[in-house]
Amino acid sequence: MNESLLKNSVGIVKPQKCHFDSPLNLRSGKILPNFDLVFETYGELNENRSNAILVCHALSGDHHAAGLHSLDDKKPGWWDACIGPGKAIDTDVFFVVCPNNLGGCGGSTGPASINPETGKFFGPDFPVVTVRDWVNSQAMLADKLKISKWMAVIGGSLGGMQVLRWAISYPEQLHSAICIAAAPKLSAQNIAFNEVARQSITNDPDFCEGYYLDKGTYPKRGLTLARMVGHITYLSDSAMRAKFGKTVSDFEKEGDNFGRDLRAGTLSFGFNVDFQVESYLHYQGERFSKNFDANTYLLMTKALDYFDPSFDFNGDLSKAFSASKCRFLLVSFSTDWRFPPERSREIVNALLNTKKEISYVEIDADQGHDAFLMPIPRYTSALKSYLCRLHNEIENNAP
Amino acid sequence: MRPDLQIIQKWIEPESRVLDLGCGDGTLLTLLKETKRVESIGLEIDAANIQQCIKNGVNVIEQNIDKGLSNFETDSFDTVVLTQTLQALSSPDELIDEMLRIGKRGIVTFPNFGNWRSRIYLASKGRMPVSKFMPYQWYDTPNIHFCTVKDFDELCANKGIEVLTRMVVDSKHKRGWGVGILPNLLGETAIYHLTRNKIRDQ
Repeated sequence: MNESLLKNSVGIVKPQKCHFDSPLNLRSGKILPNFDLVFETYGELNENRSNAILVCHALSGDHHAAGLHSLDDKKPGWWDACIGPGKAIDTDVFFVVCPNNLGGCGGSTGPASINPETGKFFGPDFPVVTVRDWVNSQAMLADKLKISKWMAVIGGSLGGMQVLRWAISYPEQLHSAICIAAAPKLSAQNIAFNEVARQSITNDPDFCEGYYLDKGTYPKRGLTLARMVGHITYLSDSAMRAKFGKTVSDFEKEGDNFGRDLRAGTLSFGFNVDFQVESYLHYQGERFSKNFDANTYLLMTKALDYFDPSFDFNGDLSKAFSASKCRFLLVSFSTDWRFPPERSREIVNALLNTKKEISYVEIDADQGHDAFLMPIPRYTSALKSYLCRLHNEIENNAP
Repeated sequence: MRPDLQIIQKWIEPESRVLDLGCGDGTLLTLLKETKRVESIGLEIDAANIQQCIKNGVNVIEQNIDKGLSNFETDSFDTVVLTQTLQALSSPDELIDEMLRIGKRGIVTFPNFGNWRSRIYLASKGRMPVSKFMPYQWYDTPNIHFCTVKDFDELCANKGIEVLTRMVVDSKHKRGWGVGILPNLLGETAIYHLTRNKIRDQ
């Protein structure tokens, strides 16, 4: 057991499940007659029910944002760096809720769940869900938890897009929207990477048109490849150079070998893995393929591609936000090339144009898109101070 | 509190919209929020200042004003404020235009280089003035566009900018009778309340 993981941690947590019998009308026009949402909570809800924070997860995330499920866990939840006692999202002060999105594979109803109508896996028959559908389902969860207004809705990347949708669709139900390392909609380049990932999954013979679970298999090679491509887009060039450039070869005594560490110390002059970066990507991809559902991956990338809150407003993002009442905090990271600072600034400008209360910080960070998951001091102090200030204001204004 | 901020405060309408360019730690906007209930945004590039703004509940956007303000819509603020930053900008004249495009009114404060101390320093030593007030050497100063009260008056006249009020304070931050008569000689900080020219408004 790893004692150090319990330090400043929310400790051992247990996921909860909530069943919804009321149908959910999806953006696609389809209807999900009933569904489950799995979620975790950390901290205590106060008497006024005014200290609740909703955390929205990104593409490969789930409801397990902080703490451990058992003492045997090797890693804590995906945002343990920011959620815990005394951390940026301070569980001594706030009640944090993190659900697994619909269509996910963490326990909420999704392609890997059993379709109650057929008794078989949903598989590819699970309807395509969008960011809007997720937010609608999260609002239903808020009702069940009797949280009428979130103190903050927070998320990074695809999670940040859910935050924006909350501010647009449920203006009365959040005090603040904290949108980190996101974009107002994907660019052609973003969509292109997603399509490569999808093609690698669907072209794997083990994909079986999406019915792989019925056949007792899964598209391991395709999902591995998809994750390898995705992973590259989460890292910056400089972060990769640093990560894979720890040894200095004889002919590169200057110190920087551009991240070209060799796996076996010598070139193979074949088509095997020569460099550490290759081996790392293989490992990450394979590990991911064992733990993630391929249909969910397809669905999540589509939700990303489809996200465009300006669509209902003739492409005018400002108008999309015109009904929003919350205040906004936007954060971007200097080396993020998946959703670079310019993309966050598009959101900032749209909010400025519609006269919203907004703060924006651009964090100097080497880690690329992944920076939003890291405990970068300037980033975590901004987050902590913002939440702390807001909490004080709300508590002081409470009747 | 900095004396220029005290004076500026009086020129801000209650519940108006204020944009502070180079808002520092948010002192002015915090004050205006308390005393005038303004809606405000500050722009800043210094990380420590930005963090302080967030702590103080001041809306702050990390943006370098030297790279332009084209992301702000015309007439989106009542007042745009620029305190003690004019001299550090690469194109101060263009920024003044932008201020009066975005806001109906502008407030500008800057150190007056025409002050007698600077004049004596340059005249007697033959070297660029260095003082407690302007502690930099010529090569490392962020202040690349110093001007005098007379210079700024002329810029406003050339641009057809209307000066609603001009205040000049001395080193003790007082407005003695002497400063009133010889502002460009005795004044150390100049404070201008501006509005755009009438020709453009028509």
